[in-house]
Amino acid sequence: MPLEKIHPLDEFIRTDRLPHRFCPGCGVAVTMNIFLHAIKELTEEGKLDPKKLVVISGIGCTGRVSGYLKFDGAHTPHGRPIPFGMGVKLANPELKVVVISGDGDIVGIGGNHLIHAARRNMDITVLMVNNFIYAMTGGQVAPTTPQKVYTTTTPYGNPESPFNIIRLIAGIGANYLARWAITQPFQLKNSIKKAVLKEGFSFIEVISTCPERFGKRLGIGDPVELYNRLKSIAKIRKVSPFEAKYDWNEEITCGEFIDEDKPGFVRMYFEVIKEKLGERA
Amino acid sequence: MAEIRFDNSNIACAEAAIIAGLKFFAGYPITPTSRLFEYLTRELPKHGGVAVQCEDEIASINAIIGASWAGAKAMTTTSGPGFSLMLESIGFAVMTETPIVIIYVMRTGPSTGYATGTGQGDVMQARWGSHGPYEVVVYAPSSAQEAFDLTIKAFNVSELLRLPVIVLTDAVLAHTRERYVCRDRSEVEIIERKRPRIPPDKYKPFEPDPDDLVPPMAIYGEGYATFAESLVHDERGYYCPKSDVYEKLIWRLHEKVRLKRKYIVESASYYVDDAEILIVSYGSLSRVALAYVREMRRKGMKIGLFKPKSLWPLDEVSLKFAARKARKVIVVEMNNGQLYREVDRLLKDKKVFFRPLLKVDLPTVEEFEEVVRECL
Repeated sequence: MPLEKIHPLDEFIRTDRLPHRFCPGCGVAVTMNIFLHAIKELTEEGKLDPKKLVVISGIGCTGRVSGYLKFDGAHTPHGRPIPFGMGVKLANPELKVVVISGDGDIVGIGGNHLIHAARRNMDITVLMVNNFIYAMTGGQVAPTTPQKVYTTTTPYGNPESPFNIIRLIAGIGANYLARWAITQPFQLKNSIKKAVLKEGFSFIEVISTCPERFGKRLGIGDPVELYNRLKSIAKIRKVSPFEAKYDWNEEITCGEFIDEDKPGFVRMYFEVIKEKLGERA
Repeated sequence: MAEIRFDNSNIACAEAAIIAGLKFFAGYPITPTSRLFEYLTRELPKHGGVAVQCEDEIASINAIIGASWAGAKAMTTTSGPGFSLMLESIGFAVMTETPIVIIYVMRTGPSTGYATGTGQGDVMQARWGSHGPYEVVVYAPSSAQEAFDLTIKAFNVSELLRLPVIVLTDAVLAHTRERYVCRDRSEVEIIERKRPRIPPDKYKPFEPDPDDLVPPMAIYGEGYATFAESLVHDERGYYCPKSDVYEKLIWRLHEKVRLKRKYIVESASYYVDDAEILIVSYGSLSRVALAYVREMRRKGMKIGLFKPKSLWPLDEVSLKFAARKARKVIVVEMNNGQLYREVDRLLKDKKVFFRPLLKVDLPTVEEFEEVVRECL
């Protein structure tokens, strides 16, 4: 029996798929909620046609998001939502392409696609939910896991230093770059609204909570406690992206770091061809 | 109007793709495919299409799958090392029933092998390389003309069945310039994918039509909220890890191809009416085989050639017909016995021999004769 309309976001959700699989205290579900609020507002403001929105996810906990949403979309192989989205956008530039996926998917296995999409200023929005760990597979170390944290594959502590993705993307270039924690829902929502309307590459890192797979490794398995902990280290600052900190023990700097309007890849592709071919293009 | 052209199979494939309606191409440079890739980056924009270079082959194949969901006929090209990288997403295209075409130019393997050398070592990889039970169609041309014709056919089969289709050529064909007829769009059959005829609220992305078991394909941007799900899914495209749903899905993904087998298969037979010895050979090597068969005919030997143009599936009926009078069937390949296993399986009541020709260049007729002679 289909659920009655009981939630203002139901029009954007495949309600017959509910309940979703996210654990209590999971920041992915919070991100999904905030994303849909952003899309709803953009729709109501007449700035976005949800029929032209394509939401693509890869594999992992965040990878499940696109499947719950009532937009055109895909659940791609691990790490590949960005190139899939590139094909979608180039084949039909009228479509708005948003990739929602996790840190392992985007910057781990999919890292090569990420840096090249940023370099090309590819016209897609990437919402990367960072939960510091490979959660779906049981809590293995990720490229975002803080040093010395115990995970199932670093049983003596993580010897690696993590990616500070804001610095990575800033080093390559993008039209829009921001980082927010799920404890900052309004900033995140407004940021998503801005990013989705941007030409070129826009990237938002969402610092998330995973009490089950990450929190417990730190001794903070309680969702509320983990949420408050994140709240205390997620500091909003107006600084250069290269000064943004990524330190679980001290500060994860949040805010908007890049906001530019360079021509996106799609425009450049057609412009350079038109310059040479003229009417033949 | 059809035109006579003089070029290699890479260009014949590219021309055929444009005529078939190619609108999106993504690739990564690899020998011996680069001329095809370069040609399309130059020519496709003149035909309203987009051709781009990606960061690797994994990106290329995922980009063409995305483009296909956005409504474009989409294609990539690669060789062995690149196809190895694409394999995971071949399964993705199968599972999401995405029409795509891959021009796969075989070179000498394994590993980096010999980039400009030829080979036939990827016949199994082309068919079975991705994980899980699945079905794809693989064509193997032996000339620029066949490369042209089979590329158009590949697009038709992929659109008809919502399936990845592979055109397996080789380095010899990629480097051999020869005459071919470049047919006009009005002179060839062009098949477009089925689209939904029902409104979005009734549409299920993976609900097949009962006659051909192929679901009509809604494309992005038309309000159908369609979803390309790589997980085991039901007709709505919802993840559903249950045996009955899985069995039904996998059965259908195979069965839809089997139903169209007659349309899919392609082959040619030479001198088989009285052939007591039947050579089976495909790709550029089959041209050496044909020269050898003609030479032996002149010497009075009752010998024939069966040349499959579809390797997966094989044209079983024609193969059995060609072999009906044969005492011996000899499969010759530039590998250590790949299609041989399939031929041997189909011709259970025949003596089927295998002879390898492990060379980096196309063998001469003498070299061909040398390996076949021991089986006669």
